[in-house]
Amino acid sequence: MRFFAGALWLLGRHAERFSNCPRMCLPLALIGLTACSRERTELRPVPARTAIYNNAAVESDIHPGGVQPHTQVNNPYEGNAQAIADGGRLFDWYNCSGCHAHGGGGIGPPLIKKEWIYGGESANLFDTIEKGRPNGMPSWGSRIPEDQVWKLVAYVRSLNQEEPKTAVPPRSDTIEQNTATLQNGATQ
Amino acid sequence: MNSSKTQFAELQQTDELEQTWKEPKGFLGSLAVVGHKEIGKRYIVTAFIFLLLGGLEALLMRLQLAFPENTFLDPGRYNQIFTTHGTTMMFLFAVPVMEGMGIYLVPLMVGTRNVAFPRLNAFGYWMYLAGGLFLYAGTFFHALPDAGWFAYPPLSGPQFSPGKGVDVWAQMITFTEVSALCVAVELIVTILRMRAPGMTLNRIPMFCWSMLVQSFMIIFAMPAVMIASSVMLLNDRTIGTHFVNPAEGGDPLLYQHIFWFFGHPEVYIIFLPALGMVSSMIETFSRRHLFGYPALVLALVANGFLAFGLWVHHMFATGLPQVGEAYFTAASMMIAITSGVQIFCWLATLCTGRLRTTTALHFVFGFIFIFVLGGLTGVMVASIPFDLQAHDTYFVVAHFHYVLIGGALFPLFGGFHYWFPKFTGRLMDERLGKCSFWILFVGFNLTFFPMHFLGLGGMPRRVYTYSAGMGWELPNLLATVGALTIAVGGIVFIANVMRSRRHGEIADPNPWEGASLEWEAASPPKSYNFPRLPAVDNLWPAWDDISKRTVIEGLSDDRREILITSLNAAEPHHRHTLPKPSIWPFVTTLGLGIGLTGSVIAFSWYYVAAALGAIGFIGWFWPRRPLEFTS
Amino acid sequence: MRRCTLPFLFFLANIAFGQQSALDPAGPQAGRIRSLESLLFGISVVIFVGVIGTLAVALFRRRRGIQQEPLESTHRPSAQTERKLLVVVSSLSAVSLLILFALIVVSVVTGREISIKSLPRDSLVVEVTGNQWWWSVRYLDDNTQRIIVTANEIHIPTGRPVVIKGTSHDVIHSFWVPNLHGKRDLIPSRVNTEWIQADRPGRFRGQCAEFCGLQHAHMAFWVIAEPPAQFEAWRRQQLQPAAEPSDPVRLRGQQVFLNNACVLCHTIQGTTAAGQNGPDLTHFGSRQTIAAGTLPNTIGNLGGWITDPQTVKPGNHMPQVPLAPGDEQPLLAYLEGLK
Repeated sequence: MRFFAGALWLLGRHAERFSNCPRMCLPLALIGLTACSRERTELRPVPARTAIYNNAAVESDIHPGGVQPHTQVNNPYEGNAQAIADGGRLFDWYNCSGCHAHGGGGIGPPLIKKEWIYGGESANLFDTIEKGRPNGMPSWGSRIPEDQVWKLVAYVRSLNQEEPKTAVPPRSDTIEQNTATLQNGATQ
Repeated sequence: MNSSKTQFAELQQTDELEQTWKEPKGFLGSLAVVGHKEIGKRYIVTAFIFLLLGGLEALLMRLQLAFPENTFLDPGRYNQIFTTHGTTMMFLFAVPVMEGMGIYLVPLMVGTRNVAFPRLNAFGYWMYLAGGLFLYAGTFFHALPDAGWFAYPPLSGPQFSPGKGVDVWAQMITFTEVSALCVAVELIVTILRMRAPGMTLNRIPMFCWSMLVQSFMIIFAMPAVMIASSVMLLNDRTIGTHFVNPAEGGDPLLYQHIFWFFGHPEVYIIFLPALGMVSSMIETFSRRHLFGYPALVLALVANGFLAFGLWVHHMFATGLPQVGEAYFTAASMMIAITSGVQIFCWLATLCTGRLRTTTALHFVFGFIFIFVLGGLTGVMVASIPFDLQAHDTYFVVAHFHYVLIGGALFPLFGGFHYWFPKFTGRLMDERLGKCSFWILFVGFNLTFFPMHFLGLGGMPRRVYTYSAGMGWELPNLLATVGALTIAVGGIVFIANVMRSRRHGEIADPNPWEGASLEWEAASPPKSYNFPRLPAVDNLWPAWDDISKRTVIEGLSDDRREILITSLNAAEPHHRHTLPKPSIWPFVTTLGLGIGLTGSVIAFSWYYVAAALGAIGFIGWFWPRRPLEFTS
Repeated sequence: MRRCTLPFLFFLANIAFGQQSALDPAGPQAGRIRSLESLLFGISVVIFVGVIGTLAVALFRRRRGIQQEPLESTHRPSAQTERKLLVVVSSLSAVSLLILFALIVVSVVTGREISIKSLPRDSLVVEVTGNQWWWSVRYLDDNTQRIIVTANEIHIPTGRPVVIKGTSHDVIHSFWVPNLHGKRDLIPSRVNTEWIQADRPGRFRGQCAEFCGLQHAHMAFWVIAEPPAQFEAWRRQQLQPAAEPSDPVRLRGQQVFLNNACVLCHTIQGTTAAGQNGPDLTHFGSRQTIAAGTLPNTIGNLGGWITDPQTVKPGNHMPQVPLAPGDEQPLLAYLEGLK
C-alpha cells in the first residue's frame, strides 16, 4: 500500500514541474496528436468534404488574369489507418485492380513506382482519379464521392511506403502480392 | 534440525527475525519489495481497481442498451467498451485477484515465510501492472481494441481492424500471461515443497489444493493463448504472416481452436480458487470438519483435467463433424458431475454443522444460489442442439455471468470479508457487509435473470443497440436498473472496506475460529509470518490446542532461511535461503515493457526488448558472495 | 404482488411469441430444439428447487435451535451422521450421473435429427453469403437462367425443406432464424450447410449472431414463408428483369442511378448497373425492409437512408453520395418502382 501512496505522492510533487516544462510536454503531446489522427475512425465524413477539393492540383500557373495564388491541398486522411484500409477495400470494389492489378500494373501503369507521369503528390493523385488522364484513365469524379477518392489516394500512396508505416496494414486477406518483384518490374 | 516443544507464544529473537525479513522503506524500496504479503496485497488492490474500471464499462454498456436505438454511445465506442470490459475482467481482474489471494494466503496456510521464488513473484506483479497500464494507455491514443475479448480473425486481422487497438490487446496478453505463469510456478513449488513438516498431501487445506490445481491449469492453458494472440494474430498484424489468412492457406478456425483451448480452462482457472475459498469458509462457519475432503480434492483435480476437454463447447455453430460433437457434449456435461459432488459435500456440511451466519457465509449462500443456477444453464448449453439456439445470445451472457460472478466474485467477496482481519488486523463491519450483500444479490439477479429470456427471445450478444418492437425493451431496462443496483452495492462494499480499514473492530489472530494455519499467525501477520515454523499432524491445526504446537528450531534468524520438505509426506528435507529484496525485477519489467510496447509499432523493438530484458536479467542473477547470507 | 407479476408475464408473452424467438418454433428443427429445451428446463427447475430447499433446511435448523452435537469443541459430528451423509451424497452423485447420461443420449439423438444428414429429398437450395453488414441470397438452380439473386429477404415455401449453403465474403458471420433453426457460422473460404423448413406461413426475423464489426447490431433479414403457390408466383416475378420505367420522373431516376456512385456497387438486372459490392436491387421495391432489416421500406425511410446512410447505420459501407438538387425524388420514385 505504501507503494501506491508513494506513486501518488511522487506524481503530486512533480506535477508542477511537468507543467512548467514545455520542452518535455511538447514531444509527448506530439506523439499523442499524431497517434490520434492515425487511430481515429470517422464514421461520418464531414459533409463539407463531399465536394470542395475537386480542383486539388493545378497543373499550370497560366491563368487568365495573371498568376493565381493557390493553397496547398492536403489529404485529410493522410496517415489514417482506417482510411487506408478503406481505400484498399474501395480499390477492389471499384475494380481499380482490373487495370492496375494490385499495384503492379497491367492495362494501366503500375502504381508501385517512384516516377509518376502526372505527379505523385496526394493532390496530383486526387486529380488523376477525379478527372482522369489521357490514354485510358477514366474520370471518376462524377461517380466516386470525394471522401472516398481521398481514401483511395491514401491507399495508393501507402503502396509506395509514402504513408506512415504504422498506419498501413502489412497484408490483406487475399493472395499475397510480392511487392519486391513488383517494384523491380516497375523500374525495368 | 532440532525440534522441541515450546510455548507458541514465546517470542524470542523476533527482533532479529523482523530485521531479516522486513520490507525496504521509501519509494525506491517499495519497488524492491519481495514479500508475499505486500505483493499479494498489491495484486488484490490493483485487481480491484481494474474491477472498478471494468464495472464502469459495464455500466456504460447497460446505459446504452437501456432503450432501443439509443444513441448514448456510437457503435465504434460501444465495441471498444465491450472488448475492454471482457478483457479487463478476464485478464486484469479475475485471474490476478485469485492469484493475489493465493500469493497472500498460501505461504501462511502451508506454514512458511514466503513464496518459493520471491523475486519472480515481484517480477510477475510488475508485468501484470505493466500489461494493465499498457491496455488502458490505449485510451489516450484512440487505440483501444474493438474486436471482442476473443478477437476472432479475420475481423481482428490486419484488413478488418486497422490501427493499433488489436495489437495492444494481443501484446497485453503477453504481459498478463507471463505474470500468470510466474505465479503458477512459484505457487506449485511453494505448495509441493515448502509445507510445514507433517502436512502430508491429505492435510493440505482446500484453498491450497485449489490453487495447486489452478496453477497447473495455468501452465497448460496460458501458452496456448500466447500462441494464438502473441504469435499468430500479432505476427499476422505486424509483419504480415498468414497464420489465419484463408487465401494463403491459413485458417481462422485454427485460431478459434487454440484460443478456446485456453479460453475454456480460463473459466476454471478463475473459479477453482473460489471453490477453495468456499470450502474454507463453509468449514469455519459451520464449525465442523468439511464433509468429504477426499471427494472434494478429487473433484478439483478432475475439474482441472476435464476443463481441457471442452473447448469446442464454444464452437458448436462452426459446423463440426457429428462424432466430435457427441464427444464434446459428453465432456461438457461430465464437468457438471464434479461440480455437483462439491455442491453436495458443501450442503452436507452446512446441514449438519452449527452455522454462524456472518457476512462471509451470506456470500457463500449467495454463491450456491447463483452458481447452481448458472451451472444448470451450463448443462443446457452443453447440449449441442440447444446451444445452436443459445450460442452468442444474451442467454449465454446470463449463463456465464451467473457462473463467473456467482461462482467467483461472490466467494471472493465472502473471502475478502473472511480474511480481511488477517490482511489488516481489523474486522469488517458486519451490518454494512450484509447490507452490501443483499444489494449485490438483488442487483445481480435483476441484471442477469432477464437476460435468459432476452437470449431465447432472439437477442444476440455484442449488439450496440436493438430495434424497438422486438419485445426486448422491458428486460433490457430491468437489466440496466439491476446494473445500477450492483453499482450501489459496490459503493457500499468500498465504503465498508475504507471505514473498516481505519476504524474497524480490532481482530485477534483467529477471529472466526478457523482451522487452518494462517489463523495462527498474528493479524496482520509479521513480516516473517511465524516466529517459529509450525509442524502439524492433522488437517485442522488451528482447532488443536495451539499452545502445544510443535515448532521447528534451528533455522537461522539472521538470514531468510526456510524449510524445504518432501513432496508427499512433508518430511524436512533441507534448509534453503530465499533472496533479499531487489530492484532488478522492476528494472527487468521496465526494459521488457518498453520493448514490448514498441513492438506494437515496429518489429525491431523486439530487439530492444531482448537487450533491455537481458540487462535486467543479468543484474537480477549477478552472483553475489556470500550468497545473500549476510543480514 | 399482482402489480409486479403482470408486466413480467407481459414481457414473457412478448418475447415468447415474437418474430425472432426460439420459444415460438415454426419448423421441425426449432420444434425439436424447443422440446429438448423444455426437458432441460424441467430437470433444471427440479434440481434447483432441491438444492435451494436443502440450503433452506440448513438455515432453518439453526433458526429453530435444534440441538446439534457439541460441534464447537469436537468439530466432528457423530459417526452415524457421517455414514448417513455418505450414503445420501454418493447416491445423489450417482443419480446426477444417470440424469446427465440420459441428457447426453437425448441431446445426441436430437442433434442427429436436426443435422444435414436427416435432410428429406426435394429441397430448395439457397446460398447465403454474409457481408459487412448485409446478406446476399442466391436461389440455386440447375438451369442458370433460373437463378435468383436477392438480398436480406429469403422467401421460402411452407412444408418444403430448404438447404442453406452459407459462406462469407469478409469476416465471420452467423446465420440465425430462431423460429426455424439454430445458428450456423458463415466462415470465409468455407461452406457450411444446414436445412430449415417452415410448417406455417409467416414472417420470421433473422439476425447475424457472430460479432462482425461496427454494424453487427443492424445486420438482420427476414424469412418469409408462403404457401407453395404464392412462393412460385414470387419466384416467377423475381426471374423477370427490372421493370422498365414508364413515366418521365422514373426514367430520370434511372439516369440518376446510372450516372452516380450507385452503379458502382449495385446491380439492377436489365440495366447496365452490375456492381457486386452491395445488395442486388433488381426487385428492390418488392422488399419489405431496407438497410438489412433496419427500416421498413417506405419512400421516406429510403430518402433518409440515401441522403445520410451514416446516420442510420454509422460505419456501414454505403457512401454519402452528393446528389444534384432535384435528383433525389426521381431516384426514390425509380427505386420504389422496382417491384
